[in-house]
Amino acid sequence: MLILRCPYCGVSGEETEFHAGGEAHLKRFGPGSSDAEFEAYLFQRENPKGVHFERWRHVNGCGKWFHAARCTATLEVFGTYPAQSTEPPADLRKAISAKRPGWKWREFS
Amino acid sequence: MSRRIQQGGRLIDRAQRESFAFNGRQMSGFAGDTLASALLANDQMMMGRSFKYHRPRGPVASGAEEPNALVGLSAGARFEPNQRTTTTEIYTGLTARSQNHWPSLDYDIGALNGFLSPFLPAGFYYKTFMHPRPLWKALFEPVIRHSAGLGKAPTEGDADRYEHFYFFADVMIVGGGIAGLQAALAAGRAGAKVLLIEQTAHWGGRAPVDGVMIGGKPADEWIAATLDTLNAMDNVTLRSRTMGAGVYDHGYALAYERCEDAVPQARGPRHRLWRVRAGQIITATGAIERPLSFPGNDVPGVMLASAVRDYLVNWAVAVGKRTVIVTNNDDAYRTAIALHDAGEAVPVIVDARPDAKGPLPERARALGIRIEQGCGLSGVKGGKRVTGAQICRQSGAGAVIEEVPCDAIAMSGGWSPVVHLWSHCGGKLTWDDAQAHFRPDPSRPPIGHDGAGFVIAAGSANGEMLAGACLQDGDAAGKAAIKALGLKAKGGAIAQAEAEGEHPMMPVWLMPADATPELKMKIFLDYQNDVKLSDVQLAAREGYESVEHTKRYTTLGMATDQGKLSNINGLAALSQALGADIPDVGTTTFRPPYTPISIGSIAGEARGPIFQPIRQTPMHAWHSENGADFEPVGQWRRPYCYLRDGETRADAVTREVRNTRQAVGLLDASTLGKLVVKGPDAGKLLDLVYTNMMSTLKPGNCRYGLMCNDNGFLIDDGVVARIDDQTFLCHTTTGGAERIHAHLEEWLQTEWWDMQAYVANLTEQYAQIAVVGPKARTVLEKLGGMDVGRDTLPFMGWAEGELAGIPARVYRISFSGELSFEVAVPASRGQEFWNKCLAAGAEFGIMPYGTEALHVLRAEKGFIMIGDETDGTVIPQDLGLNWAISKKKDDFIGKRAQQRSHMTDPNRWKLVGLETLDGTPLEDGAYAIAEGTNANGQRKTQGRVTSTYYSPTLDRGIAMGLVLNGPDRMGEVLEFTRTDRPPQHARIVDAVFYDKEGEKQNV
Amino acid sequence: MARRRYSVFALAREALRYHAGWERAWNSPAPKSRYDVIIIGAGGHGLATAYYLGKNFGITNVAVLEKGWLGGGNTGRNTTIIRSNYLQDPSAAIYEKARSLYETMSQDLNMNVMFSPRGVIMLAQTEHEVRGYQRTAHANSLQGVQTEFISPARVKQLVPIMNIDGPRYPVLGGLWQERGGTARHDAVAWGYARACSGMGMDIIQQCEVTGIRREGGKVTGVTTTRGDIGCSKLGIVVAGHSGVMAEKAGFRLPIESLALQALVSEPIKPCMDVVVMANTVHGYMSQSDKGEMVIGGGTDGFNNYTQRGSFHHIEETLRALVETFPVISRLKMLRQWGGIVDMTGDRSPIISKTPLGGCFVNCGWGTGGFKAIPGSGWAMAELIAKGEPGPLAAEFGLNRFAEGRFIDESVAAGVAH
Repeated sequence: MLILRCPYCGVSGEETEFHAGGEAHLKRFGPGSSDAEFEAYLFQRENPKGVHFERWRHVNGCGKWFHAARCTATLEVFGTYPAQSTEPPADLRKAISAKRPGWKWREFS
Repeated sequence: MSRRIQQGGRLIDRAQRESFAFNGRQMSGFAGDTLASALLANDQMMMGRSFKYHRPRGPVASGAEEPNALVGLSAGARFEPNQRTTTTEIYTGLTARSQNHWPSLDYDIGALNGFLSPFLPAGFYYKTFMHPRPLWKALFEPVIRHSAGLGKAPTEGDADRYEHFYFFADVMIVGGGIAGLQAALAAGRAGAKVLLIEQTAHWGGRAPVDGVMIGGKPADEWIAATLDTLNAMDNVTLRSRTMGAGVYDHGYALAYERCEDAVPQARGPRHRLWRVRAGQIITATGAIERPLSFPGNDVPGVMLASAVRDYLVNWAVAVGKRTVIVTNNDDAYRTAIALHDAGEAVPVIVDARPDAKGPLPERARALGIRIEQGCGLSGVKGGKRVTGAQICRQSGAGAVIEEVPCDAIAMSGGWSPVVHLWSHCGGKLTWDDAQAHFRPDPSRPPIGHDGAGFVIAAGSANGEMLAGACLQDGDAAGKAAIKALGLKAKGGAIAQAEAEGEHPMMPVWLMPADATPELKMKIFLDYQNDVKLSDVQLAAREGYESVEHTKRYTTLGMATDQGKLSNINGLAALSQALGADIPDVGTTTFRPPYTPISIGSIAGEARGPIFQPIRQTPMHAWHSENGADFEPVGQWRRPYCYLRDGETRADAVTREVRNTRQAVGLLDASTLGKLVVKGPDAGKLLDLVYTNMMSTLKPGNCRYGLMCNDNGFLIDDGVVARIDDQTFLCHTTTGGAERIHAHLEEWLQTEWWDMQAYVANLTEQYAQIAVVGPKARTVLEKLGGMDVGRDTLPFMGWAEGELAGIPARVYRISFSGELSFEVAVPASRGQEFWNKCLAAGAEFGIMPYGTEALHVLRAEKGFIMIGDETDGTVIPQDLGLNWAISKKKDDFIGKRAQQRSHMTDPNRWKLVGLETLDGTPLEDGAYAIAEGTNANGQRKTQGRVTSTYYSPTLDRGIAMGLVLNGPDRMGEVLEFTRTDRPPQHARIVDAVFYDKEGEKQNV
Repeated sequence: MARRRYSVFALAREALRYHAGWERAWNSPAPKSRYDVIIIGAGGHGLATAYYLGKNFGITNVAVLEKGWLGGGNTGRNTTIIRSNYLQDPSAAIYEKARSLYETMSQDLNMNVMFSPRGVIMLAQTEHEVRGYQRTAHANSLQGVQTEFISPARVKQLVPIMNIDGPRYPVLGGLWQERGGTARHDAVAWGYARACSGMGMDIIQQCEVTGIRREGGKVTGVTTTRGDIGCSKLGIVVAGHSGVMAEKAGFRLPIESLALQALVSEPIKPCMDVVVMANTVHGYMSQSDKGEMVIGGGTDGFNNYTQRGSFHHIEETLRALVETFPVISRLKMLRQWGGIVDMTGDRSPIISKTPLGGCFVNCGWGTGGFKAIPGSGWAMAELIAKGEPGPLAAEFGLNRFAEGRFIDESVAAGVAH
């Protein structure tokens, strides 16, 4: 039973207020992309045992999508930030590095 | 014999008698008795039969850890199996029955298993019952199932109700013993919002029973004063009869309050499930005494020393006239002394330690109680009741030195902290060699959302076994919680507790140390499941070396007590068998709940009609009163059809279809989703989410659109109306409104967040009523107020105005092939408009129709239905809907996916109509059979039915289906599967069965 | 190497000597320096793979490596339901193969796995579900899977404790597979382990694979906490942790790991003789031979490796089941737990070659892997032995995701347990 903080409305809410939306920072590939690119966009997932960037929606709240950085092994939440971000904020990445030295996530780490 | 003594009993009220029945026999006890104490007071030691060997069993404990003394309580709609007598408070009228025996508790046929026990070691069933194979299902399994299972199943629904309660606490403290009380004081004084819960009806835990003095006075006085202090604090909430059931991630915890268990038939919920969010959780859950592993340790009358003391001090029950004590530690001497002080006989204390010299043994000696050191028990005389104890050297093989007549044996193998709640969410344990138990490792607590620990163990749950240390530890835990919350701890003295010090215990995992194999087969580890020491050794011998393997192979710790008494002893037995250290063998996983909680309490209030919300349209009441036969569609209820006197559902559907085709029908279409998309980029957004072009739609016009997901599959369809330059109204399917709204929001917020568009779900703001049939226009004209003529409001146009004085938006769209108007009016005026339509249409034969007629009407016209023609694997191209897929757009959701090799495969099954040769409808879901079988021996197929109906219009079965190269095979006859009958023949035809030219809808 | 047979006579003989003569069910040797085939993961699927490599292909120079204890993952955490009433041909084929192997597993392995063909009902509680299950019954009739769509009255007859007239979701019928049922999950793992050991294979527990050694695009062995071990072929069969292991092998999988929860009630005398699944309300229940009601529900929506789930899922499941089975309200929940399941993009499994030569993967069984164990092992063994998938595995390749050729079972049922 997670607690998450919605970065829009500022509410720290029960997990039941939110809806999980899978991996964050996926780049959408559309017409013109290769089969491999398109397959990776739709199906290949990092799925790490550790630091995970993921999407959530405050569905029973303000309705906004946001991103969370969370550890899938301990469920620690490192932070949340708006979904309108192409990469995790620098200060969040720094905070994660302090807690999980050597963490990796695609090109961010 | 066990009986009530004249003095004492701190928990009973001798002025108030309560009468109850056990196995049909009337008995009485006092208010404050548990069922176990009351039964013992009536000399009813034997209370049940064990699971496997049906051995006679009495209570071994006095609280939640009890494995033996389980009964069925009450009857009928209030019957509850497997209830512990030790935690059941008695009341007048209580009825209880013992379990797992036939014909009676005293004489049980199942006890024959006991004689066969040499043939039934751990896991015996894995090694036999294999031949002949059919006998497993026919004979072996039924016999095993019937002999297992403990209590009977309830036969009725539950007459009681349950509720959920939400609570947010800074500090939740589980356990109302002195450590928990002191922790609450520390946290409460600092101003934190505190919740303190205690599973029993009484506060103070074991301290009063153990004769602890606090601040120079008996513990009871300190407890009462502390409760007064806590009750006076507004920020502290106390609840007794409330058990900490589980600790979950991020400070979530469950507490289980037994509100009315003690007073059935009282008003209010039977159980209340507290769903708590706590900043910090302190587990002051105490410790549980361990049995000793000696032969015969399961005979009724053998009990934990602490339980014997509890029954004596709390309920004034002496469990025997002569009680032998057997121990490996000092604490059990308290029981001997208490019995002695009460005038009960203690013939001997058998202490496994070579010398017992602590203050407690010295006091016992001084009282003249005989102590045998370095000794143990190698046998217990008696079957259904202890009649004697056989003393042996602890270090030997069990040769009997002396047989002491007695009718009770009080045993103590040391104490294990209750670490369950600490462990539920990942807290780790450390092995304490001196006390021979696992206790919480404070350096590895459960981790909260911020990465810091959120559980603190306190008191004996933390391995602090003496009263003074418990108080100190409770205070420290309360202050640590305050600090973790960022609050400031306030001062306040900690009372000093005095109790005799204890000398070290001696771990004894087998008594006598070199017990023979024969003796080991009489040593019980898990009482309820009849797991013996020899079973654990067998498991180790056979390679079930992991503690999880041993547990599962022997069923150790899997009974209703979840191993509260047996786990450590079993673990020690396994370690010894493997020659490994206990901490290296590890423990099994602690899982919630701490003790079993009622399923009713978890389900809570949401039962019957309020199980899930039901959505109703503004005309719902009218439908109900006019024969509607409802079907659930998502959370909505929609009329399937409207039954008239004597009609079957099929009759009604036929009548509704014919009337709509011939005269005029009325459909409640309010459940259709209505999403408004507004903004400068609304058209651009819709071009991306629909497969067709929406930005070119002119205001005043409607267009049918398809939506896919990015995996290419068709997910929804509906008519889009352009309201003005920047506003579109998108209709979705009934089930799609919320889903598609979320879909649009997701893309808008997470992919195209630079677009200026806004989506609102207006589904429930409007009642939408379809007036359908050749007389539809006549009806609307009679209502008056708007020109709905062919030229002013052409097909696929919409107009706004007033009809019969009600603001209305009229869409000239058709899902039936008939002349059709869908009229949206404010929801509050839906019923009024419906009534006016009925009144105006009466002379033209207007009738409401339901969802099934809707389906038939659309199928006759070859219109697809999301959920019938689509199933999540179908793309628009399969359905011949290429005309609705724009070729001009660079991108739309699903476009790239539809270019993949399997999606462009010419051999995908395509939509066609199907007409049976004999005129009867095809079966729902039937498959078209092809020649031969595939590599897995499965019959090949070449298509399937997606929708099939009896068409009243054509008076024959019609269907749609997806067929291999279907559109190229018009006129071909296929074979379709039928249930239990030969295949049915159907011809491939055009999917439009009715009015192929579309003249009817265009008049 | 052959194991002494289990029988009633062996039990009687041992009873006379305090069961001192039983031998180990499986050996626990130190790893050799090299094997023909290494299987990572000694759960049901991994052990079954090893067993059929030996039995069907005579390949016995095999090691099964397990980081914890054999059968300690999802094999020992599931609700033990066995059925094969799947809609799509590839699924029906492999699950029916598995179900038929379960029928004779006790005799094949000489260990009683207590396969109990007590029957499985999947309830239809909406008109849509009725049509979905009718379709499945038609499909099954051509797939050689015996199922039938039955009436509410027949459902009630099979499960007298069920309330078929619930106010919210009345029972409209059910898909009935008479030869579906349950088995003793642990015994399946133990039985395969014992049989593998009997064929001379090494089952090496407490041996965590820390790396996968490669040379020229081919696998050459593994590095483990118990040293380096060479092999010609490698099978990765580590449900829940497939993504983590694939990363070590240098490729990625279309997999996400989620927590799935289950619970049992206290044991009661027999009151329900079949397995009931209610997908509309997300709950399923059977009664074990011990008497516990075994109950499963849905998954959490977020990636999770903790083997703990969120409690509100338990609430939802029990709320639904109390509606359907009112008598369980006064039973008590004894224990709840979670397992990590790996879910693929189409919720169907992967039995496939990988980008790494000689390395094969079996994963993605999601919430329904136990029932597939023997069929999965059979197909995986064929894939490893021949280097190419046989008919059972052919459709479950990794390539299907790029091609858009999905095996989607959610078509007929909301969830697939």
